[in-house]
This record gives sequence, C-alpha cells and structure tokens, in this order.
Amino acid sequence: MKKMILPIALGAAFAAASFSAASAGTLEDVKERGKLRCAVSTGLAGFSFTDENGQWQGFDVDYCRAVAAAVLGNPDAVEFSPATGKTRFTMLASGEVDILSRNTTWTFSRDADLKFTFLGISYFDGQGFMVKKSLGVSSAKELDGATVCIQTGTTTELNLSDYFAGQGMSYEPLPIETNTEGRANYLADACDVYTTDASGLAASRATFENADDHIVLPEIISKEPLGPLVRHGDEQWADIGRWVLNAMKIAEEKGITAANADEMAANSKDPEVKRLLGASGEMGASLGLDNDFALVAIKAVGNYGEVFERHLGTDTKVNLARGLNAMWTEGGLQYAPPFR
Amino acid sequence: MSEANFAFVATSEKPQLPPPQGTTGAVGWMRENLFSSPLNIILTLLSAYAVFSTVPGIFNWAFVNSVWNATSLDECRAMTQDGACWAVIRERYPQFLFGFYPSELYWRPILAFVLLGVALVPALWDGMPKRGAALMASMTFPFVAFWLIWGGFGLEPVSSTQLGGLLLTMIIGVSGISFSLPIGIILALSRSSNLPIVKSLAVMFIEFIRGVPLITLLFTAHVLLNYFLPKGVNFDIVLRVVIMVTLFASAYMAEVIRGGLAALPKGQYEAADALGLGYWQNMRLIILPQALKISIPGIVNTFIGLFKDTTLVLIIGLMDPLGLVAPTLADQRWNGIFVELYAFIAFMFFIFCFAMSRYSMYLERKLHTGHR
Amino acid sequence: MSVSTVPADTSFQFSQLWRDARYRSYTIQILALVVALSVAMMLVMNAVENLKELGKDFSFSFLFEPAGYDIGQMLVEYSSASAHWKAALVGLLNTLLVAFLACVTATIIGVFVGVLRLSNNWVVSRLMAVYIEGVRNVPLLLQILAWYAVFIHVFPAPKLAVKSPVIEGAVYATNRGFYIPGLTFEGSYQVVVATLIASIIGMVVFRRWAHQRQEATGQILAVGWISLGILVLPTFLVYFASGMPIGLDYPVAGKFNLKGGVKIGTPLVALWFALSIYSAAFVAEIVRAGIMAISKGQTEAAYALGLRPRRTMSLIVLPQSLRIIIPPMISNYLNITKNSSLAIAVGYMDLTGTLGGITLNQTGREMECMLLLMATYLLISLSISAVMNAYNESVKLKGR
Repeated sequence: MKKMILPIALGAAFAAASFSAASAGTLEDVKERGKLRCAVSTGLAGFSFTDENGQWQGFDVDYCRAVAAAVLGNPDAVEFSPATGKTRFTMLASGEVDILSRNTTWTFSRDADLKFTFLGISYFDGQGFMVKKSLGVSSAKELDGATVCIQTGTTTELNLSDYFAGQGMSYEPLPIETNTEGRANYLADACDVYTTDASGLAASRATFENADDHIVLPEIISKEPLGPLVRHGDEQWADIGRWVLNAMKIAEEKGITAANADEMAANSKDPEVKRLLGASGEMGASLGLDNDFALVAIKAVGNYGEVFERHLGTDTKVNLARGLNAMWTEGGLQYAPPFR
Repeated sequence: MSEANFAFVATSEKPQLPPPQGTTGAVGWMRENLFSSPLNIILTLLSAYAVFSTVPGIFNWAFVNSVWNATSLDECRAMTQDGACWAVIRERYPQFLFGFYPSELYWRPILAFVLLGVALVPALWDGMPKRGAALMASMTFPFVAFWLIWGGFGLEPVSSTQLGGLLLTMIIGVSGISFSLPIGIILALSRSSNLPIVKSLAVMFIEFIRGVPLITLLFTAHVLLNYFLPKGVNFDIVLRVVIMVTLFASAYMAEVIRGGLAALPKGQYEAADALGLGYWQNMRLIILPQALKISIPGIVNTFIGLFKDTTLVLIIGLMDPLGLVAPTLADQRWNGIFVELYAFIAFMFFIFCFAMSRYSMYLERKLHTGHR
Repeated sequence: MSVSTVPADTSFQFSQLWRDARYRSYTIQILALVVALSVAMMLVMNAVENLKELGKDFSFSFLFEPAGYDIGQMLVEYSSASAHWKAALVGLLNTLLVAFLACVTATIIGVFVGVLRLSNNWVVSRLMAVYIEGVRNVPLLLQILAWYAVFIHVFPAPKLAVKSPVIEGAVYATNRGFYIPGLTFEGSYQVVVATLIASIIGMVVFRRWAHQRQEATGQILAVGWISLGILVLPTFLVYFASGMPIGLDYPVAGKFNLKGGVKIGTPLVALWFALSIYSAAFVAEIVRAGIMAISKGQTEAAYALGLRPRRTMSLIVLPQSLRIIIPPMISNYLNITKNSSLAIAVGYMDLTGTLGGITLNQTGREMECMLLLMATYLLISLSISAVMNAYNESVKLKGR
C-alpha cells in the first residue's frame, strides 16, 4: 500500500502548516501575520467590488485599508474575504477574519446574542424598495401581492415581514444569497420588488443599463445603522477599530485630508488635530499602536468625507447624497467622540 | 467404381456468392441499425430531427458566430446577435484557473499542475520502466505542491483566501481522492472484520456520513468546527473543506470496496488462511488486490462524484470556478452573460470527469482476467 | 506450525496481548473503543468549554420563538408569526416533496433512456449515450444553477404570461413559476374522499383475489378494465350524488402575480428538473446494467415455453433484473434526497434553507440547528433505506 504513504505525508504537512498558534490577542496576531484579514461584501457597487485588476475597492474596503494602515503601516496589507449575508457572522465568530466590514446593521441581538462588538456607525441607512417604473407603483403601500427579492440572513428579511404584516399586505419572498443574484433575478423580472438598504438599492440601480426605468420608493421602513464589527472579548482590538473609524470622521471635521495630513501634523495649532495626528501626546501607544496611526490611515485612504465621495458620492455612478451621513456640523448624524 | 462416376461431387470450391443486395455496406448497415422495424424508423426520424434542430444551432452559436474580442457584453451583442460571447472567458480565464492568486506568481500553480501530470505518469502507466523508483519520486509531489501553492521556505506565502478557480477544485479534488482511498480501505476492512466493536464503530461512521448531505458537513466545517477544537487551534478553511470532503468520500469508498470484498468467493479467504498467512499478509497479498480490482468502476465513480462535489464549496463562500460566476456577473460590463460562463465551466468539469471514466473503463478491460 | 504445539507455559505474558491471536482481537478492540471514546469526549468537552466561553447555552427553546421570516413555497399553513419549528417543518416537507417528485420523474426518464440506450438503433443509442455521459460528468450544482437561469430568462414575466397561457384560463407558465388549478373543498367532500380510499382498497383486494383465482383455476379475468372500473365508478357516482363538493380553483391575473390556483415556484421547478435530468442518467445506467445482466438464455427459454415477448419481459426478464436493479436504485434515491439540499443555491426553502439557513442565521444557534438538521437527514435516509430494503427482501431470490 505504497499509495497510503503519500496522503499521510500530505496530511502531516498540511496540518503542520495550518495550526496557528494560540491567539494572545487579535492585534498581536495581525502584527505577527503582517496582514489584516477583513471580510467584505461579495460585490456591491460602491461598497465593495473587485476592479479589473482583481483589487478590492469601495467604501467598506477602504475602512479595512485604513485599519491595516493604522496597525501595520501598509494599506495594502489586507486579505479580503468575500462574505455573503449568511456566512459573514460565522467567518467572524470562527476567527477566520479579524474584522467584518460588510454593511452590517447594528442590532441588539447581534450585539448581545451573536456576541459581536460594533465599532461605530460608518453609514446611516434604511431599508427601501426598488421597482420598475413600468409597474406604475409609487408607494410601498401598493405592493400587496408582489414578489419580493430579498437577501437571506439579513435584517431586511425580518423588517420586510414586519412591514407587510403591519400593513396587512401579503407578498411572496424570493430568497437570494448575494446582491448579484438579487440583481439578476430582479432584472429578469423574477421578482417585482428588490428590497435592501437604500444605499444598496442606489448602488445596484447605478449599475443598471437603464437606471431611469427603475425607481426607489419613498418609504424607508427601518433604521439600518451600518458599521464594522469585531468579536466580543478583545477590547483592545475593538478600540483600535473604533478609533480608526472615529479618526476618519474627526479628520473630516477638522479639514484633514490625505493630501494635507502631513502638513497639518506639522503646522496645525489645533491641539486635537495634533493629538490625532500624533504630533503631541501618547494617544496611539495606549492602543498598542504607533502615535501617528491616524496620520498613516488618513494618508492612505483619506478622511471619512473623501472616502464617501470617492466611492458613493454624487460624482460617482452610485450617486448618493451625504444626507444623514453628513458631519453633525453640516446637519448630518455623523458625530465622533472627542479625541482626547 | 471410379471417382469419375460421381460427377455431382465438386472437387474444387465454388466462388462465394455476394451477399444479397442491401444487407452489406452502408445500405445494409442502415437497414439493420436504423430502419429494422416501424418503431425503429420512427425513433430514427425523431432522433435525426432532434440532432438537426439543435446541433447546427449550437455549433453556430459556439463557433461560427462567436465573439472572442470584446470588452463588454454590449459590445459582443453589437457584433453578433446569436453567437457566444467568449470574450468574457478570454478576459477572465486567469481568474477561473487560479482565483485571486497573485498574477506574478502564476508560475507556481502552473508548475504544480505540470508536476501533478508528471507524478501521475508512474501511477497510471504500469509499463513504465523503473516504475518503483518513479512512484517513490511521485510521492514527494504533495510536499512540493503544498510548498509551491502556499509558499513559505523562501517562496512568498500565499493565503488560502486567494486560492480559487480550477486551482481550488484541483487542490480539494486531488487531496480528497488520494486520502479517501486508503481511509476507505481501512473502513471497509473494519466493517467486514469479525471484531464486533471495530465493526460497529465503522458501521456508525459510514452510515452517519452516508446519511447526511455533503452540504451539512461543509456547513459543519465552516460553522461548527471551531467549537469542537481546543481554543486557539484554528484550521485553515481549505484544509477544513478537504477534511470534510475526504471523510465524505471515504464512507462511500468504504461501501464500494466492501462490495468488492463481499464479491470474492469465500474460498479465497479460506485458502489464504490455510496457507498460514497472517491477517495483514492475507489482505495485502490475496484479498485486496482482487477486491480492489473488482471495485475499480465503483472507486472511479466515487472519484468522479468527489470531483464534481467540490463545486459545493461555493455555498460556504469559497471561490471555485462556479463561485466565480457571481463576481463576474457583478461586473456591470458582463452583467447577464451566464450561459457562456456555465458552458465553459461545464466543459471544464466534463473533460476531467470524462477522462477519469474512460480511464477506469480501460483499466477494467485490461484487468479483466475472466473471473469475477 | 506443528499440530502438537501446546502452550507449555500457561502463565500470561504481557506481550501476548499483541502477539497472541487469542488476545490480540481484544486488545485491538479495546484500543479502538478507547480512542473513539476519547476523541468523542474531547470534542464534547471542547464544545462545552467553547460555548461557555462565548456565553452561549445549549437549548432548543428558540424553536418555539416566532421565526419572523416568510417562505415562498409551502405545503402547510405558515406565516412569519409561526415558530421556528414550524419553519423547519415547512422545510422538511419541501425537502420530501422535491425528493419524491424527482425520484418519480428520474425513474421514469431513466428507465426510458436505459432501454433506448440498449436499442439496436444506432442513432438512438448514441444519442442516449451522449445524454448520459454529458449529464453525469457535469456537477449537479452547476446544472441546477443553469436550469434556474434558463427558467427565469426563457419564460415570460407574469404580465406577459397572462397573454400567452399554456391552457387558457387554467395553466400558465411564468418565470416565477407554473400556475395550475387547485382543488377547493366544500360541503361533504369527506364522503368523496372516503369513497376514493375505499375503492382503492377494493381494487387491491380484487386484484389479489383475481390472481389467486388464476393460480387456482387458470382462468384469466380482464383485471385491468375491472380494476379501473372499481377505482373510478363509485367515486364518480358519489361525487355527483353529493353535489360536486370538490371544485377547481383557477389562477387569474392579479396586479403583480397570478392569484389563486396552485403555484409551483421556479426554484422548485428548476430544482426538480435538474435533479430529474441528472439522476435519470444514473437510473439509465442502473437499468441498462440490470437488463444486460440477465442472460439471453432466459429469454430464449421463455420463448421456447411459448411465452409471448411481452409476457417474457414481465414474467421472466424484469423480475430477475429487478433484483439487480433495486440495491443501486436505493442508493440512487438516497442520493436524490441528499442532493435536494442543493436547493439552497436557487432559494428553494427546503430543510437546509430554513433550519440550516435562515433560522440558524437569525438565531445564531449553530450547534443546535446543525445537530437537528443532520439528525433529520439521517432519519430520512435510514427510513428510505429501511423501506426499500424491505421491498428488496420481498423480491429477493428465496431459498438456496
């Protein structure tokens, strides 16, 4: 049975190479590995998609790059794992990824039952409906009896059921796994309505050939605060993720951009800017990072507003207005705790 | 009585008459095989209609009207209305072959593919000179392939999340195949042994695995394995999948081989015992060579099944060729081009599986020594 | 190895545990048991510890909480307010439904193809070979996805489908599914159903009696016509006598979808279709092998006895080849059932989609859901093989 030696040897080699050492802390693991492992959406225009070179791009992706820059000093030191609505939580819970940045809604049960820590709100969203104009529907209240495409394993599934039950209407669900599938089914008329977060609808609509043939209905039926999340139990790692996100927001508030960050760090008189960019104080060290972690991150991807405009803003095909996601100083809800 | 009196006895052979008109040549063959009865005529006509109404259309679609040079589906459609748009394959084939493997390192999986071919030669070709030494050399292949694909020891490391496409299929398929045979043999021997505890353990394992769908096992690997391992021990997802696919295939393999063991006449066992051979000698020299030979079709069918089942990993989010269809369709340039992609992937799997089944038929014929 | 070898020294030595065939089997078994138990213990301990660490308990109480999600295709009453166990039940029934449908169609197509594959018509047998090889060598998941894509792109949306019905007012094919008339029950429909059941029992009894009579006296009755009469006539009479309590519910055009009737959703159709086409190829090979295994002498002997070809087939060849066909057929049916779990790829809510999919995801009870899921599949598989094995036992060659 010579053949048996071969697989056994292969197994030994496999096992030896794949047992990872006991984890001391996520930060140490990431540093030792030299790569951040980040779960993102399998494909949602504006939020996460692969470009023609196979590089991941998008709003959620840039957050991961910012964290990688802050922790490892290199925005490209990220391994992206595409996750579906269904697989994302198990990927994070099992330790397959360090951080989940896949427009995930912050809810009580995900926090308390699924044992995850949300790091803040990167995007204020709400669930909406998209229909074809030719249906002649102008309100979600007219959708009684429609077939609805819906991503399984998401909060939208539960919201939808609540909304229709509340309105005394019925519908036929067509469960799908990914946004791509949802789009394909919707375009092929396998469903009348596509429902997901309003940003996701806008993103999908942007990629349609005749975007004008489709409308997003005015009703927003839920609050969907989207944000990155990590596992319970590693507070240091959660703090790092939280403050990278906050740093991006503070940077916008203070007018720090990727282009002027170095200069601001050197010349700014504002004490908070100096603390943020590591020019004074020992703020980074208390997170276990370099003092200039925020500077590196902002130089790599830009501030919150820059990232937003680059991937989702009115100049892109997705064409989303800042709306609720404007800084609090501009009438929006984005508000970072002070950096002190 | 001279012979001359019997004039009607022919002394030389008469030339053979030609067979009746219409029973030989093309016409005869057609009469025999196509138009032998009214039912047959109807069937022939129906089949001919089916062939002529589909084959030229498919041929035109796939070859004559197809487009190889385009950068988007719209561009394709502008060039041809009823032709395949193979341009998407042309643009994306590296992804379908290697997934997200870094493109500057493609030579590594390619080398691994080539080495796999080389390593298979001694295993498949038994007339090879110096086969023993070559087999030993083949056995180093897993290490070399592992090193080439994942890197380390001087090569740039590549993580499992970057594996995909045919490369992933081959990794899961080849390791599954090479592990499941020995495990299956051990399970089959356990199940047909006369040690009650060993036997019932084997029965429990086999029946459990055969009773649940592969998907649930993959889900378990994906969702639950971490609960069952000590804290801090973490398997790579590809390894987890390989383990599950292997366990799954070994249970089926065990049943196939058990069938072979049961088909051997009892005399073989008794004769081996009478020779004074120990259990393992008995198995190794007498029983297994015959049992495995009988089970070859079943074994290869299990291999083919395993190879096809590797596509299921898309359900737990791994990017095998089928899993790569979604990201391709997500690209707005290629939105809606599923037929070409499915056709291409189907073709890819067909080649491998068909080759395997032909090889098994060849082996069956060659090893057929007259008794069963 | 001489006959006179008698162990002179009967005192037990430790090495005998391994070297002596009398003890070795015990050693091996105890070792195997210890290893198996300790692996199982380790897994359970780890699971307990890891669950504790994550602050999760192990309880099935979530099954009784409201599920909160809707399901498109269902056989029993279910709404989003129903409990998770009800969702799992819907899934289980959906699994059984598609598995049953696919087993039936795969068998029909497979037998057909298997026989044609053996036909001496060259074109037909080649064509069937192409079908069998083509279908068997392509992954089932790909076929399911491809058929689903074909169905949603080839069939018209409901709006257009209403204008081009398959049967005006009754059967419509849309890209969301097929609509056929459903049955409505009112009044004293129970009587009709009871009559139908009684006639079926009556028919079986009659056939058995006719068979015995033929064995005893050699007289042959027109069994087919008489049993058809027993089956149909009383039911019809009762149906009309009780004022036609069972009616048809036709699908009609609604605002978005067709309303009324029975909807067979595209996910179910695509899955059913793909499973049937795929499994039929395997059935065909099984049937072919079964028929080819019956030696030609059997047929010739039957002819020599004066049996006509049809009787030869039904009395001589088929009963024998059934014996060869049934065992692989059992595992094929099992495979169909297990493969139906691929439903998840096209959004058909089977057991894997509900219990192992949405419920698992919304409640985060991975361990409990997966255990239940596997246990249920195991139960289904074992039941199918038990039933089929019993059948196999009944057609098996007796004696010898």
